[in-house]
Amino acid sequence: MIDRWELWLVIAGLGLGSYAMRFVFMGLVGRRPLPEWALRHLRYTAVSIFPALVAPLVVWPEATGGTLDAPRGLAALAALGIGMLTRNVFAAMAAGGGVLFVALYWF
Amino acid sequence: MPHPGQKATFLRGILDGLPFVLVSAPFGILFGVLAAEAGLNLFEILSFSLVVVAGAAQFTALQLMMDNAPTIVVLASALAVNLRLVMYSAGLAPHLGRASLKARLAAAYLLVDPVYALSATRYDAEPDMSMARKLAYFFGTAAPVIIGWFSSTLVGAAVGTQIPEAYALDFALPIAFIAMAGPMMRTAAHMAAAFVAVVLALSLAWLPYGTGLLVAGLGGMLTGARVELLQRQRVEA
Repeated sequence: MIDRWELWLVIAGLGLGSYAMRFVFMGLVGRRPLPEWALRHLRYTAVSIFPALVAPLVVWPEATGGTLDAPRGLAALAALGIGMLTRNVFAAMAAGGGVLFVALYWF
Repeated sequence: MPHPGQKATFLRGILDGLPFVLVSAPFGILFGVLAAEAGLNLFEILSFSLVVVAGAAQFTALQLMMDNAPTIVVLASALAVNLRLVMYSAGLAPHLGRASLKARLAAAYLLVDPVYALSATRYDAEPDMSMARKLAYFFGTAAPVIIGWFSSTLVGAAVGTQIPEAYALDFALPIAFIAMAGPMMRTAAHMAAAFVAVVLALSLAWLPYGTGLLVAGLGGMLTGARVELLQRQRVEA
């Protein structure tokens, strides 16, 4: 169960922080461009955080008590493979979801 | 309307933004469903979307709160996912930086991925757009996208509590994250960043309070930037 205080703290903090990031250049800093080295690092934030967040969830899924199981592992591979091949988020989700259901039924 | 073409430009923005509702609505529904499953009520779920207005960060925060990560780690990780917004803000600053404060305050609230992508493309294609028309286009694209995000969250929240446990929803979020990450692997630098982040996240999972995730994210970022630099130097050499 998520703690109510924590939930509202996260909503408020995340809202303020995200708004500040959206406003900072448009609103305050103005026309000065971001330095190249900063842009270079910003480009790789999402592509680092998503895989880092998801890897432990795939290898040690909570629903199985923390042991790697075939349906979830295969579903993850299918979603990643189709996503990289087609560059299409929905094809990837459909592939992952499809494999998960088939494999859960199978095993 | 005092400026000629302002209304037509606003309508054009709406039309360009509409297809993106189809792209973001499934994520809005999924967020509503998973948040409801996590025990959030309708008001809390809608507030989440209204205040944060950023799908990927909302998913990240929700997952980490369910994992009982400390609040500071939840915030740091979700904000890291949103760092790209700084890039968007910098990208639009040359175009909207001289608009009225009121307009910029409103535009910042509505600055989400499709609105940025559409506006930046349009401003580049039509450099002599007046400020009034630039703003009209921006708010035009934002209208359907933002309304779609809120309403799809609401739909998801409403149906979320009715879905039986047997549907393995525990794994919907990991699949959504992987599906979002796959298409990002455009270059060797992106793949290297993701690979290092995964290896670090798995080997540092023993670190307390989810701090392994932050170290892994930072490691991935540094790797991606480094590989990009090396590749560029090799091309120039």
